[in-house]
Amino acid sequence: MNKQPLSSGLSERDMVRSRLAKTLRRRHARERRFRLAGVVSVGLALACVLLLFGSILQRGLPAFWQSSIQLPIYFDPEIIRVDAAPQPLPDEPPVEFQRRQLEWQGQLARSNWQRLLTLGVQQLYPEQQIQPRHAQALFTRAVQHQLREMFAADPGLLGQTLELSLLADANVDVWLRGKIDRSLPDAQQQLAAPVRALADQLQADGHIKLKFASALFGNADSRSSPASAGLLGAFVGSLYMLAVVLLVAVPVGVGAAIYLEEFAPKSRWIDLIEVNINNLAAVPSIVFGLLGAALFINWFRLPMSAPLVGGLVLSLMALPTVIIATRAALQAVPGTIRQAALAMGASRTQAVFHHVLPLALPGVLTGAILAVAQSLGETAPLLLIGMNAFVANVPASPLDQSSALSVQIFLWQGHELRNFFEARTAAAIIVLLSLMISLNAVAIYLRKRLENKWS
Amino acid sequence: MTINKPLTTLGMVAVLATSMPAMARDTIQIAGSSTILPFSSIAAEEFGHAFSQYRTPVVGSGGTGGGLRQFCQGLGMNTLDIASASRPIKDSEIQACNERNVKQILEVRLGYDGIVFASRADQAGFALNAGHVFAATAAQVVRDGQPVDNPYTKWSQIDPALPDQDIVLVIPAANHGTREVFEETLLKRGCQSAGVPQTLSADEQAGFCTKVRNDGRVIEVAGDYTETLTRLQVQPEAVGVFGLNFYEQNRDRLQVASIDGVVPSLDSVGDGSYPVSRPLFFYVKGEHLDAVPGLADFVEYFLADSVSGYGSPLEEAGLIPLGDDERAEILDSFKQRKAVR
Repeated sequence: MNKQPLSSGLSERDMVRSRLAKTLRRRHARERRFRLAGVVSVGLALACVLLLFGSILQRGLPAFWQSSIQLPIYFDPEIIRVDAAPQPLPDEPPVEFQRRQLEWQGQLARSNWQRLLTLGVQQLYPEQQIQPRHAQALFTRAVQHQLREMFAADPGLLGQTLELSLLADANVDVWLRGKIDRSLPDAQQQLAAPVRALADQLQADGHIKLKFASALFGNADSRSSPASAGLLGAFVGSLYMLAVVLLVAVPVGVGAAIYLEEFAPKSRWIDLIEVNINNLAAVPSIVFGLLGAALFINWFRLPMSAPLVGGLVLSLMALPTVIIATRAALQAVPGTIRQAALAMGASRTQAVFHHVLPLALPGVLTGAILAVAQSLGETAPLLLIGMNAFVANVPASPLDQSSALSVQIFLWQGHELRNFFEARTAAAIIVLLSLMISLNAVAIYLRKRLENKWS
Repeated sequence: MTINKPLTTLGMVAVLATSMPAMARDTIQIAGSSTILPFSSIAAEEFGHAFSQYRTPVVGSGGTGGGLRQFCQGLGMNTLDIASASRPIKDSEIQACNERNVKQILEVRLGYDGIVFASRADQAGFALNAGHVFAATAAQVVRDGQPVDNPYTKWSQIDPALPDQDIVLVIPAANHGTREVFEETLLKRGCQSAGVPQTLSADEQAGFCTKVRNDGRVIEVAGDYTETLTRLQVQPEAVGVFGLNFYEQNRDRLQVASIDGVVPSLDSVGDGSYPVSRPLFFYVKGEHLDAVPGLADFVEYFLADSVSGYGSPLEEAGLIPLGDDERAEILDSFKQRKAVR
């Protein structure tokens, strides 16, 4: 249109070509820039994730091993002064036998189990004058209960000597592994100088070894004996919540989605409900916690800190996600499947449950598992229903008080014994992440396995 | 009739759900002060080991105020049996309790705790007094008898003997019982010694003494002491307020400030020479004593000399034990079920 006068000797054709070449170069450059930006952002994201995982692994992995003291323990009849363990008499009522057993347990509890430990240490180095309180400081407090339980399970141990591997105190572990600056003056150390020397000596003589921290997986949380604090209670609590969410959120969510997608008449009300479900998925989790505390605890009067309540709160949270994922999966099933079923004389219910739902199942399962996994990592709503309480028992039912893995991380993060619990917290994070990754792996496996049969 | 099956199960679940609250609880439930949390948790665990017929009590946190609010929500199995508090219960809280039928509130003093100022171990040490703390914290100070906005930006401006570094003070927020002790024993005292402007009314005077500056030099922390410690790691010049027990466990990272020339320790708090200390309390719901198995036993176990006295596991964890006479008196009044007012 607006032709330029030919100033030089170039033909019009050359001009067009050069203009084209110029815009082409510009477009190519733009594409290169975009690709570069893409690569950079992927790289940045990867670097962040690697940094995060790297730092957690680096801090947490050492916590899977901890110091144990190996030494012979003599079950000294002079110290364990108890009667013979009660045996059920022929015509004794069970109540009476129980009473005698409690009494015997009481005798056990009153025996000085720490004395066995101090004698054990003193016998390793008979030439040194080791003070009992220094020897005691080596062991974490749970060790004496461990000895008592061993004896209660097998009273025949009286008078025998056993080679045992016993958990060292948290501060001893911190000292031996250099988590505290060894050059600090006495006033800034957690352990008295003789205890530190004793620990070093035991390690040099091969009595203290790093062993796999089975306490981390076999015990519930502990405050009186930090070295034996574990994740089992929180893990079982999380499993109960997982079960509740699976039993509540998945059936309700899938049912609601099927009705909305396949049966509900198109009306304004249904549109309104749809919009609100989408809004609900974006509500911050803490709001669900407040709701749960008001509804389940104050109104339904369910117990505080119970995994059942936690599971119900998380179900509320997971519900919108399950509904949205299920609807998307149902929408992805071609309409021809429904029409074919209806044409063959199937009712609508039959068409949905015999044909549409089985085809949508991979998508439904993936969505449900991801929603459940996501809710499992949630902490804020659980704090509001009292799941951040200290619970020393492994919960026996969903109604028992319990913690959850994510909350346990929060609790350990705030533990006052920083030097020991920084690593322990990172270890707990590794356990939670592994659980998440395995749940996601299950979701991927199911999707791959059941994928689109109709195409 | 296959359709009935899910309906019956649903019905059973509903019946189960409604009958559950009627079930008696066999676990003691405690919540409240985060200062007391370590002590009550340790006592709970040892109690579980010592009495095999009872379950280990469950210990929650949430701060003194939060714990007492939960405690006063009423009677019944989904309410607390014990609220732990790092300050005495307020009249308004007793009233709130009474309105919800919680009438028999038993006060049990457990021991003492010191509140300490600590800076990072690699920074300068402090020797403070109440006047210093007030001058560093207050929103307004008195100049020539008139209140003026707090002009101090460096500790050395308050007292040349203090380090020449910026004032950054990390203190507990109002949800902590520690805050009230901080106000009563340091701010009000420092304020009085500095002289309150007489032009103000009594109410205004109290407000003047405890109003904290908001120019970013005083940071209020609503979380626990770990959060305060993290602040100190980020801001090396900051001085934080901690419980004595937290400081004792982190001596490699923190150095403690003396107050009025007294260095806080178990001894100096125990004999009363360190000025910033406070008693710690359990508030036990008298109405629950018969309903929750082991509740009375647990309180008496906590008060035993072998559990919370000198040389006990709780003293080792940083609780400052009661005196012998005091202990006997408290145990006695608990056994007689003497309620607060």
